[in-house]
Amino acid sequence: MTIDETPADLVAADRVAGRLYTDPELFELEMTRIFERTWVWVAHESELPGPGTFKSTYVGRQPVIVTRDRKGVLRTLLNRCRHRGASVCEKPFGKANGFTCPYHAWSYGLDGALRGVPYPDGYEGVLERKDISLGRLRTESYGGMVFATFDEAAEPLEDFLGDVRGWIDRFMAQGGGFPIKVLGRHRFTFRGNWKIQLENTTDGYHFPIVHRSWMASVDAETADMMSFMTDPTAVTHDLGHGHSVMQMVPEHSDLAADDGTEPLQARFDHVVAELSTELDDAAVRRVVRAMHGTGFNLNLFPNVSMSAAFFRVLRPIAVDRTEIEHIAIGPDGPAALDVVNRERMRVHEHFQGPFGFGTPDDAEGWDRVQRGAQAAPGMPIMVNRGLAREKPSAEGWPTSHVTDETGMRAAYAQWKEMMGDD
Amino acid sequence: MTEALSLVPTTDARVARAIDLIWREADLLDRREYRAWDELYADDALYVIPIDRETDDFASVLNMVYDDTRMRRMRINRLTEGYAIAAVDAARTVRTVSRFVPLAVSDDEVTVRSAQILVAYKRDHHDLWAADVEHVVRLGADGDRIVRKVIRLVDSEAAVPAAGFLL
Repeated sequence: MTIDETPADLVAADRVAGRLYTDPELFELEMTRIFERTWVWVAHESELPGPGTFKSTYVGRQPVIVTRDRKGVLRTLLNRCRHRGASVCEKPFGKANGFTCPYHAWSYGLDGALRGVPYPDGYEGVLERKDISLGRLRTESYGGMVFATFDEAAEPLEDFLGDVRGWIDRFMAQGGGFPIKVLGRHRFTFRGNWKIQLENTTDGYHFPIVHRSWMASVDAETADMMSFMTDPTAVTHDLGHGHSVMQMVPEHSDLAADDGTEPLQARFDHVVAELSTELDDAAVRRVVRAMHGTGFNLNLFPNVSMSAAFFRVLRPIAVDRTEIEHIAIGPDGPAALDVVNRERMRVHEHFQGPFGFGTPDDAEGWDRVQRGAQAAPGMPIMVNRGLAREKPSAEGWPTSHVTDETGMRAAYAQWKEMMGDD
Repeated sequence: MTEALSLVPTTDARVARAIDLIWREADLLDRREYRAWDELYADDALYVIPIDRETDDFASVLNMVYDDTRMRRMRINRLTEGYAIAAVDAARTVRTVSRFVPLAVSDDEVTVRSAQILVAYKRDHHDLWAADVEHVVRLGADGDRIVRKVIRLVDSEAAVPAAGFLL
């Protein structure tokens, strides 16, 4: 930035400055003004199935532990001992009664309260145990999605989500009447800025180009399902607060709306056969019709997308380094559903993850953006596709075709607002 | 009859055949000669890069790669047909496979555990991929074939780079 430029000057309605991907000072500001201020996704409730369960993760660059305490309350705690700063938990998931620092054995409860300090006589007159705990972040959830924020004064999560809530409800309908649970996760890194990935989940335009090899490898029905480039009913809505939804397969946006005429995909015949011995026809149809998830990517600012049949979670590591998780999900119910979840994992493996038929090509594209954006830092990144055909929907959401850059414009408008706010 | 692990040296003729095949495979993969590589596999073969290093029940969990012959051939198409930008610009790889331990040896089949260290170079970066590998090799008069290969990365549960090549 030049001396008289502010971050907000770098974002216009139709373009953003290339240095949004490359400037380390901007990255530092993003960590404090966005990731340490807004609601950041930390877990799905199924990852914390009972009292004492925990998950280690990050909010921005800060390591945290998400726990379910003895009373079942979800907590987000800074993974840092109050004494000398050591991490108190290095397991990704688990079950525990609390956390003990390995260095001097200060111990904490699942709610973060300091419970024990060895050889306490040295602390007489200088430490009140009840006044000290692991750092706590506000933690709230909606529809099973758990978010945390460093900002005690942040608006309630439900207000932050706003119109997104109805879309979360629709997304979770892919359980086919059963709750959703996490099945597993792919984790990979790429050498690029986090916003390149944030954009990608709302980028319908790249799909048939970058993912040509995946399209060539799937059955005709699946390829046809993803042929949205010229489908006028496939649209993206700006839902406000930086969030957007990209409807690639509009006939699967509301899975509850099913007139029974759509045939189930032949590739899942063996699933139908096995499920039919345990579930009635209507239940089988609900679950199998949702095998590819919902027909949309719900892109939440700043770090999570509920993307067709999985969650995409991004973690900024440095201005030019980002970690991505692709979390597979499926219906949580009787053992009869195992065949469904095995098939959902096979579908997930086919596209996602470091060796999928889709992800490595995405990552190559993003690496190339990071490398190319070093040239001409003053030259803008264009996010103007479809600007002239963007119109409000009946709900009042700015709306354009699914291949347009409406969702990116939504995210950058939120970025501009948060980064300009001193 | 399968002989006990401690009794079979790597110089055993059956084990030596398996190791020969494993080294030929490593060379083909580094050269990205994927169609020739496919010839080393039996029709009922499985090629797996699991996330969970402890499991053998790969069908019930999410893996990085879980390929039967159908998926393996589609993957080869993807890596060779020229549409996949990650494969077109794939890293150059050099791997060594060693520390062979025969786990089960019969006249029909050999199971060998090994260590694989692979260095991948792309655009000024070197990535290190270290793994415990397990091969099951079927010995046959018409040629030896791999029926199972499992690559257990040391960092299988951590974030790895997205790859345009095979382990």
